[in-house]
Amino acid sequence: MELSEHIKTANVEDVTLIRPFLPSLKGTLCVTSHHLLFSDRKEDGSRQLLVLLRNIDAIEKRALGSSGTVTIKCKDLLVLQLEIPGMEECLNIASSIETLSSLESVTEMYPFFYRPSHLSLQGPWGLSSADQYYKETERLLDRWRISNVNSDYSVCPSYPRAVIVPRDVDDDMLVRSARFRHGGRFPVLSYCHHRNQMVIMRSSQPLTGANRKRCKEDELLLQAVIDSSELGYIMDLRSAQQAQQSRMTGGGFESKSCYNHWKRLHRYHERGKVLQESLIKLVEACADSSHSVDRWLSKLENSKWLSHVHNALTTAGLIAECVERDGHSVLVHGSEGTDSTLLVTSLAQLILDPASRTVYGFLCLLEREWIQAGHPFQQRCGHSAHSHTRLKHECPSFLLLLDCVWQIWRQFPLALEFSEALLLRLTREVYASDYGTFLCNSEQERCALGVKENTYCLFRSLLKPEIEEKYLNPLYEHTDLAIWPSVHPQSLQLWTGLFLRWTEYSQNMEDARDEIWNIKKEHRERIGPDQNNHTTSIHCETFTPFENLMDELTVL
Amino acid sequence: MEHIRTPKVEQVKLLDRFSNKSTTGTLHLTATHLIFAESNSASAQEIWILHHHIASVEKLALTASGCPLLIQCRNFRIVHFIIPRERDCHDIYSSLFRLLRPGSYDDLYAFSYNPKQNDQQREEGWQLLDLGAEFERMGVPCDQWKLTDVNRDYKVCETYPRDLYVPITASKPIIVGSSKFRSKGRFPVLTYFYQEKKAAVCRCSQPLSGFSARCLEDEHMLQAISKANYNNRCIYVMDTRPKLNALANRAAGKGYENEDNYINIRFQFVGIENIHVMRGSLQKLLEVVGTRSLSMADYMAGLENSGWLRHIKAIMDAAIFLAKAVTVEGASVLVHCSDGWDRTAQVCAMGSLLMDPYYRTIKGFMVLIEKDWISFGHKFADRCDQLNGDSKEVSPIFTQFLECVWHLTEQFPQAFEFSEWFLIQIHEHVHSCQFGNFLRNSQRQREDLQVTERTYSLWAHLLSEKQNYLNPIYSSRFAESHPVLVPSTQAYHFKFWRNMYHQYDRSMHPRQSILKHILTLKESNRDLEGTVRALKAKLQKLGVSTSPLKPQTPPREHSLPPRPQSLILGAPVLSRKEVQREEDEEVFGEEAREDVPISTGGERTVEGSSATENGYMELPGSFGSKGEPAVVTLEFGVARMTC
Repeated sequence: MELSEHIKTANVEDVTLIRPFLPSLKGTLCVTSHHLLFSDRKEDGSRQLLVLLRNIDAIEKRALGSSGTVTIKCKDLLVLQLEIPGMEECLNIASSIETLSSLESVTEMYPFFYRPSHLSLQGPWGLSSADQYYKETERLLDRWRISNVNSDYSVCPSYPRAVIVPRDVDDDMLVRSARFRHGGRFPVLSYCHHRNQMVIMRSSQPLTGANRKRCKEDELLLQAVIDSSELGYIMDLRSAQQAQQSRMTGGGFESKSCYNHWKRLHRYHERGKVLQESLIKLVEACADSSHSVDRWLSKLENSKWLSHVHNALTTAGLIAECVERDGHSVLVHGSEGTDSTLLVTSLAQLILDPASRTVYGFLCLLEREWIQAGHPFQQRCGHSAHSHTRLKHECPSFLLLLDCVWQIWRQFPLALEFSEALLLRLTREVYASDYGTFLCNSEQERCALGVKENTYCLFRSLLKPEIEEKYLNPLYEHTDLAIWPSVHPQSLQLWTGLFLRWTEYSQNMEDARDEIWNIKKEHRERIGPDQNNHTTSIHCETFTPFENLMDELTVL
Repeated sequence: MEHIRTPKVEQVKLLDRFSNKSTTGTLHLTATHLIFAESNSASAQEIWILHHHIASVEKLALTASGCPLLIQCRNFRIVHFIIPRERDCHDIYSSLFRLLRPGSYDDLYAFSYNPKQNDQQREEGWQLLDLGAEFERMGVPCDQWKLTDVNRDYKVCETYPRDLYVPITASKPIIVGSSKFRSKGRFPVLTYFYQEKKAAVCRCSQPLSGFSARCLEDEHMLQAISKANYNNRCIYVMDTRPKLNALANRAAGKGYENEDNYINIRFQFVGIENIHVMRGSLQKLLEVVGTRSLSMADYMAGLENSGWLRHIKAIMDAAIFLAKAVTVEGASVLVHCSDGWDRTAQVCAMGSLLMDPYYRTIKGFMVLIEKDWISFGHKFADRCDQLNGDSKEVSPIFTQFLECVWHLTEQFPQAFEFSEWFLIQIHEHVHSCQFGNFLRNSQRQREDLQVTERTYSLWAHLLSEKQNYLNPIYSSRFAESHPVLVPSTQAYHFKFWRNMYHQYDRSMHPRQSILKHILTLKESNRDLEGTVRALKAKLQKLGVSTSPLKPQTPPREHSLPPRPQSLILGAPVLSRKEVQREEDEEVFGEEAREDVPISTGGERTVEGSSATENGYMELPGSFGSKGEPAVVTLEFGVARMTC
């Protein structure tokens, strides 16, 4: 069935559009296979609104006499209202939107049709691969190698073709280790610290099961990560009790006796449905502006969103401390190793690695740790906070990551090369995009559907100089030091730029930001190009860990 | 002095409030300060605690490592020492116990504090602000408002200032009659005049109306206020108390205005809670945020249960109501609570701040505090417990006002000439008793103490280090385009003020501050501009044409801008890795401290340790390691002299 067959009424005249902060508009509404288009058709300075249908999370229709009102709730949290004359048109429009906004087939989605004139489908897709990363990262050469054991995705369907593993471990061992890990996600390198060569590894849970099965190769693999005399930490993102329970269903954890150089820590992280519901509650709380202070605080608390932010940053900080301060390698996993695992490993890298704090470095980090590492974007980001459909696999792990990055940016406004605008752009793109970057659940799927051949890469487009410029943080000053975020609850805040973006518009804040940029610009001009290097160190401070999270380790 | 039995204890451990970290150092007890000097020479942090700042000293149960001493300060600093020997601990404890409860006002720090100024400078300091000139600025006296000398000798109301402004038609008998009908004699007087609409903001205390009492003079007084505004004859009477409290007061012969007895009034309750509720609320808040390993859920629940932000919003709502009545409706407003010196001061001051851009400048904000808080008799001595008074009289009323202002600065980042450090510094000194401004409860009492002859003025001190408190993105254009601020009171705007309540908890604060950065850039921009000008002049002198001159590379010594010395603005303690670098700079810092006033960025170089060379222009050694707000550098000298 052609997409256009879902469109029963393509055009409606005299529709009134109501949206936040702007006066309502009268104009023509148009539904196409992938877009909702509204135009007031004014000769001079015509105003238009283009909404990607994929961006629509939920729609509500209400009859008002002979006309109808359609409320459109977008995944980027925008809420629009359309007053459509004619009941039938209204119902037709609504049903078209409902069908077309929830297409299941990836190849029917807009990225496969998006053909902008300024981009070409030729040329490389994505920013980097494991091969390139390995080659660029000299410190890996000695003890690490690239393995193509997964070149046909048979060892681990959710991993990319190439992964980085210890040099001493051959592919056979990897295959065996993969059989012993949930979903075949055997331990692979996530990050190697530039100061002391300590590493962050990630995997899924070991399948020890009720009988406490062992896998010699998995044990050797981990042993190869650390020298025999060293100690490594395993960060299990489940509670000890949960880890125990998972044995009943075939999962499990690394026992002390089999992995005797590894010390296991449990840090409980919510996942899946709980996280999704948390987001829904938060957005609900933000949408109601009639709250008293007490009610607002109680709703905010009730959503638990900030608790999740707090947890993620705390664990990431702890991992970073293990690596930087204590000089130990860390293996991170939960059960599947595709959600909170990626969340904390990428945050830890942002804290530790100055290279990941540039626009390019950050996008590479996202590509490596989320897209190639097999975060199932299609399942997780099918719906956002407004949808009433029954939740299946939805979970805002990636949104949580962006929120945590925002918290870090707030505490270190000079340390990241990108601005809040980039984070906001990503929150939108991950749910509905013109680009193919966030399509599918794994590299294997992307390969099978020809995503790389038939869509454009968001990250490459973002890095075009004229576009990148919009996302730069003018205050950025490179620092080589680790940036330790404070994880006291008092230091964390609601990300108003995202969650209250459509509720509260503040010209004052924008003017203030412009003023800051102007001062910075003036300074740059005054100081001249040669002097820039000197000024960049003005605010380079020593960053020692804020709270010594490691202190807690003694308690464990 | 005779209270100090043990002036110095070594090997004292200072525990960090929120982690397991601790530092070892020496504790010194002087006549005015408790000083902790870290022994580790590399970071050599010093903590200076003014005795007046100490709210309580507690000796905790003996532990294996020594005797713990917990000190809580009014500026929200909490320090936890472990003193090795119990006897030393007891000595310090009992000395502090005496020192922090001075026997009389003459024992307060203000009377021994001497910032090396001569009498003339001191007098000039006191003359900086002139409330007469302030009323003139508002356009008073005018054809409808006059200055009355009825309170020349504090005969009518001893908690009011001498100079009061009343409607032209309010005769002496009316004033005196009205004052007899008002609690503590605080009859309606002008506090702010909105010239554009000729609308007045007046303040008073509750009427002694009981269940049915009337007072013709008081009714006349209100009518006179009404007549003074020919644009709008209606007066809003704002009773800032919750209705229940006002009703309860009637039983005690006090109460509120009966709308039937007064002509043209619109009566309104606002519902700000009393001093006891506010004290309890802050206590709860501090308990929550002082918890170690606080979870997000407990934090949020605690924030809600404390009710603190709800109270802040109530004050803000009242101020917005006032500003709207005056600026939009052009109506005059009469504000009162019970005695008219707590909630009334909050609402009048906040209202004025919303209506008049002048009060959003540094000087203007001082004038505002001088007018609505100091001169109209906010009981600073009682509320801030300056002299071991009644603990039931203590309440964070003024702190709440500062917090309301902070909330405004958050919503209007370009509207205020000052940054939050100005507010925090004022808060610091309201409790420090280092300057005469806030001593005792009223103007009259301050005159009895001869504060202007015997102490120094805080305002002069703050103006002298003005650049530390500037908001770098303040825009006077904004003031022109937004003469009246209309803040949003959506619940999510009310946030916990971390920098106030955790000022001394290093680990809480962002390590990089935009404010600090921009201040530095601006300063540097100014310096560079100066350099270009100087070079141009030089070239001209040498006869070289200067037409299209490119910006010059600045001489190195200009690259070190001054920066505020606040803890949070200051750089954090350095890690071991930076020790070497810092030791170099330590020399450098000493130089700067000894020779150059902190305020001038100017020439500071020491051979071989130029900041640009080692890539660190910010010198933790020079300011940051001091770990104290700006006031302390001055005290540094003073304490030496007084000991």
